Amino acid sequence: MTAIDHPAVTLDPEEARRLRQERLERIGRWLLPLAIMILAIWLWDRICVWNDIPKYILPRPGVVLQTLHDDAGLLFSSLLVTLKITFLSLALAVVGGVGLAVLFAQSKWVEMSFFPFAIVLQVTPIVAIFPLINIYVDNQTTKLLLCAWIVAFFPILSNTTLGLNSVDRNLRDLFKLNGATRWQQLRYLRLPAAMPYFLGGLKIAGGLSLIGAVVAEFVAGATGQSSGLASRIIEAGYRLNAPRLFAALILISLTGILIFLVLSLISHLILRRWHESALKQER
Amino acid sequence: MKFEKVAQAPVAASGQGSTLLALRDVGKVFSNGVTALSDVNLTIREGDFLSLLGPSGCGKSTALRLIAGLSTPTSGLLDWRGSGSFDRSDIGFVFQEPTLLPWADVFDNVWLPLRLKGVSRARAAPAVMEMLARVHLTGFENAVPRELSGGMKMRVSIARAMVTKPRVLLMDEPFGALDEITRFKLNNDLLELWQGERFTVVFVTHSVFESVFLSNRVVVMAARPGRVFREFAVEAPYPRDEAFRTSPAYAALCRQASDVLIGAINSTAGSHHDGH
Repeated sequence: MTAIDHPAVTLDPEEARRLRQERLERIGRWLLPLAIMILAIWLWDRICVWNDIPKYILPRPGVVLQTLHDDAGLLFSSLLVTLKITFLSLALAVVGGVGLAVLFAQSKWVEMSFFPFAIVLQVTPIVAIFPLINIYVDNQTTKLLLCAWIVAFFPILSNTTLGLNSVDRNLRDLFKLNGATRWQQLRYLRLPAAMPYFLGGLKIAGGLSLIGAVVAEFVAGATGQSSGLASRIIEAGYRLNAPRLFAALILISLTGILIFLVLSLISHLILRRWHESALKQER
Repeated sequence: MKFEKVAQAPVAASGQGSTLLALRDVGKVFSNGVTALSDVNLTIREGDFLSLLGPSGCGKSTALRLIAGLSTPTSGLLDWRGSGSFDRSDIGFVFQEPTLLPWADVFDNVWLPLRLKGVSRARAAPAVMEMLARVHLTGFENAVPRELSGGMKMRVSIARAMVTKPRVLLMDEPFGALDEITRFKLNNDLLELWQGERFTVVFVTHSVFESVFLSNRVVVMAARPGRVFREFAVEAPYPRDEAFRTSPAYAALCRQASDVLIGAINSTAGSHHDGH
């Protein structure tokens, strides 16, 4: 119970100050970033005006917004292409990452044997692998998917593996005592226990799959084979169409933010009842 | 929580039940060379409330894990022959910590042992609800563990261990982490449960007072190597209640038990200089 529920209670100065502080913080959490953002955009606009910067070098925010509106058809259809790759690769990363983690959890030997390969795949820069993929894979979508998947699946795999292995010893004994089968232990104990870890990995993978998709398009787009947002950016760069370049960039980062927020929300909804990470700080 | 008193006939202190389990010359040596148990001989009778009392490192938890089948003895044997047909599902285990599934609510936690045996939620419900009533947790079915106090979590843990109606309940210092008021209350409730059904309890503790209050037999163990030091019967009738806890008879029994325990501690070579 906070004092808000009991307005009749008189607070001593210390508690009153604390309450005021809390209110201020609650408001400030939203207001401050917003204010800074607006200030930054305003400053951007002023710099363009003060220095007479031509719009093919640095367009004013208003121009970018106008472009976003005028080129909406082109930009959003490209966004759709990028999103398709992003979500497909994220879905495949979830399936592949969780699937491999479950496989690893079945036996220490399997994990010891194959985990290093996953690390090799993760640490090799995707841009460097892409030319190879380009040679071996014909289908354009498959190419991009493979690229984005390689980038996105590792955090899910490593987090889920960690989660599956972090089950309380006593709980494991309890399942053993009750004669639980392997499958029951996985279904009722290890998978739920791994959930917070998996969701943490998913949040990272969500961002990475977008990055993977865009990077893949960039590399592919250099040869004019892609129609995603990245190729719009390259195209706009060639034509010195800075406003469109900025508009595409803004779309990409908004998409990234949206993906992060949605995944955070999902994570919160799943964990809110029991996991420490989703609980409000108690004093 | 209301404490309901069930009408119970006074029961003789020393159980006269048939032998359920005999440990014969049981020894356990861990892979790191530590001898956890050496030549343990112990008879557990049907209906016993038997406490394993001893300092830390005397192997009482190891003995419990051996009985549970979570670990196998290095030497000697566990003889279940006196028990008729006996299998793992006849054992309930209560850990030192509540050891609940944090993501599952109270109902699902208590349902778990039945669920693992393939009993559906609907079919398990009567048994689960009855068990929750018996540990005084009716109305908390939908709470998750973090919403419960330490004592309530332990009640859930006991309900889970008892929901399969086991013949033996093994308890590994279950109330060690609780405050005294809660511990007393759980002691009373545990005795009430036990007297209702007369299952067998093997209770590990390092508290003289707890072991004397609860059990009809106390086995005092000594450390390095873990072994049985002495065994004695607690000659006080059941039901034991708050009046018993403050009676001179209880104090005298505690004194006796305490003397035996001190003997056990002193019997360990080098224990006088041992700070840890």
